[in-house]
Amino acid sequence: MKTFTLGGIHPKGNKLSAQAPIEIFPIPEKVYIMVTQHLGAPSTVIVNKGDRVKVGTLVAKADAFICANVHSSVSGIVEKIDEINDASGYRKSTIIIKVENDEWEENIDRSTNLNRECKLNSKEIVQRIKDSGIVGLGGATFPTHVKYMVPEGKKADFLIINGVECEPYLTSDHAIMLEKAEEIMIGIEILMKALGSKKAMIGIEKNKPDAIKKMQEIASKYNKIEIYPLKVKYPQGAEKQLIKALTGREVPSGKLPIEVGCVVNNIGTALAVYEAVQKNKPLIERVVTVSGKSVKKPSNLRVRIGTPCQLLIDHAGGIPEDTGKIISGGPMMGKALRSPEMPVTKGTSGILLMTEKESKREASSMCIRCAKCVNACPMGLEPYLLQMYVESLRFEDAENHKIMDCIECGSCQYTCPANRELLDYIRVGKSKVGAMMRSRTRK
Amino acid sequence: MKLLTISGSPHIHGGHSVKKLMRGVIVAMMPALLVSFYYFGLSAFIVTMVSVFACMFFEWFIQKFIMKVPTSITDGSAMVTGILLAFNVPSNLPIWIILIGALVSIGIGKMTYGGLGKNPFNPALVGRVFLLISFPVQMTTWPKSGLPFSTLSFDGLTGPTPLGILKGGLSQGETVNQVMSNVDMPRYADLLYGQMGGSLGEVSAIALIIGGLFLIFRKVITWHIPVAFIGTSFIFASILHMVNPELYVDPFFHLITGGLMLGAFFMATDLVTSPMSKTGQLVFGVGCGLLTILIRVWGAYPEGVSFAILLMNATTPLINNAFKPKQFGKAIKLKA
Ligand code: SF4
Ligand code: SF4
Repeated sequence: MKTFTLGGIHPKGNKLSAQAPIEIFPIPEKVYIMVTQHLGAPSTVIVNKGDRVKVGTLVAKADAFICANVHSSVSGIVEKIDEINDASGYRKSTIIIKVENDEWEENIDRSTNLNRECKLNSKEIVQRIKDSGIVGLGGATFPTHVKYMVPEGKKADFLIINGVECEPYLTSDHAIMLEKAEEIMIGIEILMKALGSKKAMIGIEKNKPDAIKKMQEIASKYNKIEIYPLKVKYPQGAEKQLIKALTGREVPSGKLPIEVGCVVNNIGTALAVYEAVQKNKPLIERVVTVSGKSVKKPSNLRVRIGTPCQLLIDHAGGIPEDTGKIISGGPMMGKALRSPEMPVTKGTSGILLMTEKESKREASSMCIRCAKCVNACPMGLEPYLLQMYVESLRFEDAENHKIMDCIECGSCQYTCPANRELLDYIRVGKSKVGAMMRSRTRK
Repeated sequence: MKLLTISGSPHIHGGHSVKKLMRGVIVAMMPALLVSFYYFGLSAFIVTMVSVFACMFFEWFIQKFIMKVPTSITDGSAMVTGILLAFNVPSNLPIWIILIGALVSIGIGKMTYGGLGKNPFNPALVGRVFLLISFPVQMTTWPKSGLPFSTLSFDGLTGPTPLGILKGGLSQGETVNQVMSNVDMPRYADLLYGQMGGSLGEVSAIALIIGGLFLIFRKVITWHIPVAFIGTSFIFASILHMVNPELYVDPFFHLITGGLMLGAFFMATDLVTSPMSKTGQLVFGVGCGLLTILIRVWGAYPEGVSFAILLMNATTPLINNAFKPKQFGKAIKLKA
């Protein structure tokens, strides 16, 4: 069975919501739609206070190349355009819509009929993906259409679909694979058409045997799509590691997957593409896992973008007494939220409630040079050394030791017996080195 | 709403700790420790206890009154140093010498550099070599471990180690075969179980191997250093033996006598003082193996493991610079 070679760790899966079917979450009274929910340049708001919008109405437009459209996820009236805290704690422009009824734009096909045939050509598909505001739903939120504009001279041999879901607790992709396998396959076929690639590989870790079985069953009808069960190892869902596991190819330092003839997308993204291309439905909802050791009812919820996380938590049984931390995303790479008021965005794969005990870090002590961090790093870096360089402000050394290759997977910090805050330092170092590099190219 | 904790990812930890690592090492040393109690009796027990408590006391004292930092004796590393130091001395060593050894190990070997993690040399070996040079007579007077529980007092029978017998015999012009038939020389089976003269913890190769495998199994250490160390010693000694069996003893003798197993599994693998990358660890192990046999065969001392490891400790920073871990994305192989 395949997996990637360098480093990796085995955190406990804790997939508490693995057996929970996807529930349709009721439409809230108000939604908070962030204007910029993707990685890249900010979008421009095109509605005003008092405007009437429907489900699927474009509310913020992408002007730049790496940018994404944003659509209203509800029908109602724009109440305010305000600034609220995003997951990182920055104030971000947000469109607040007061909900009235559930009226959809006329061109959206709301039926559940399977629509197999895609008449669009490659260019039109990419345009549709772009118009629909689709971004990577695994959490990185990179605008999807950009990946499908393959640069001159490069060829995408493989389309790689990420069904790994290696983060503990999260089960949204798992649930989608069980319930929407057919739609996902059509989405993948469409993506392959857009790329002109000859084969699609879906990687699924073997801790989801039911999803592997279901997907294999459906994929057998499609001759260019193959399912690859993978050994369980974190961070297999990271782009470079997944490519390595499935094809044996290594994306060179500082380069994109297309360099080795691959394009990677998430299971959820494939589903969103199906809905966008075949049903004309922009990205207005997603599946979110709500989980945690003390959560009463760990769930997978299909939620309109912009719904406050608090409502989802209430649905799963409320915030438990002993909650010490609320995380947007998984426990390895997610962000700790300042308050559960934060709305669901395109990148919210899960909401995790950690107990007070789990939220506290042990005190750190001196590095004992045990090399556990080195052995755990999937990028072959030396985290203990990077941490030391950053601490002593030796950013050039950090750059020479490839600090920018760090994918912030957290494996080093997870294994460190001295409880050192390796990734905290490395993150600071990356932003410094990044700024250094940018100022160099400007000169 | 009560306040929530905000911190960077990752939000979970694997639960490893320095304490657990050290506990693993201590458990792994138990078989060898019990064998030493069996062969050397009460005196071995006393030496070990004195060494452990002295190391822990000095660490506490220095941290509290000289360095004025929070003490770290609960992490177990001082205990490990104490047991290792005891493993490296004869069981009939006077208590005051052990105390000096503990002071040198902890004080000079570890605390002068800033404590656990900053020391370039294995503290127990620093103490051991200091004692060997300062008290050569006491440090090379080995009680005979002929009969179990026979030497309950400090003035039991004494005799040289197998390596000592070999070196002594060869230097008087005897051939290997002649030395091997010497009445003092134990048979191979005895060597394997530990029936020979020697330092406390080095006598039973089998007990040490069991402990070493436990360490590898528990992922406290990786196989690289022990395998490279033992493998290199074996190959180097085999070549010598093939060249002239009269002059050079067979390689198995090298493996199961002296501190080779102890060194390979417990001392060269010291996390702090060995290289970080796997290739670096292999280089380190090879260096240890070569130096050990070199010193044993051509050096002034019959035993070379301690010196070999200390010398290689000194090269660890260089090895760390020269042998980096394999980075992702260097090798691009395109197969369609
Ligand atoms: S967070 Fe960065 S340095 Fe740490 S293991 Fe992951 S890639 Fe390596
Ligand atoms: S895992 Fe922690 S203690 Fe071990 S080398 Fe890395 S930073 Fe140091």
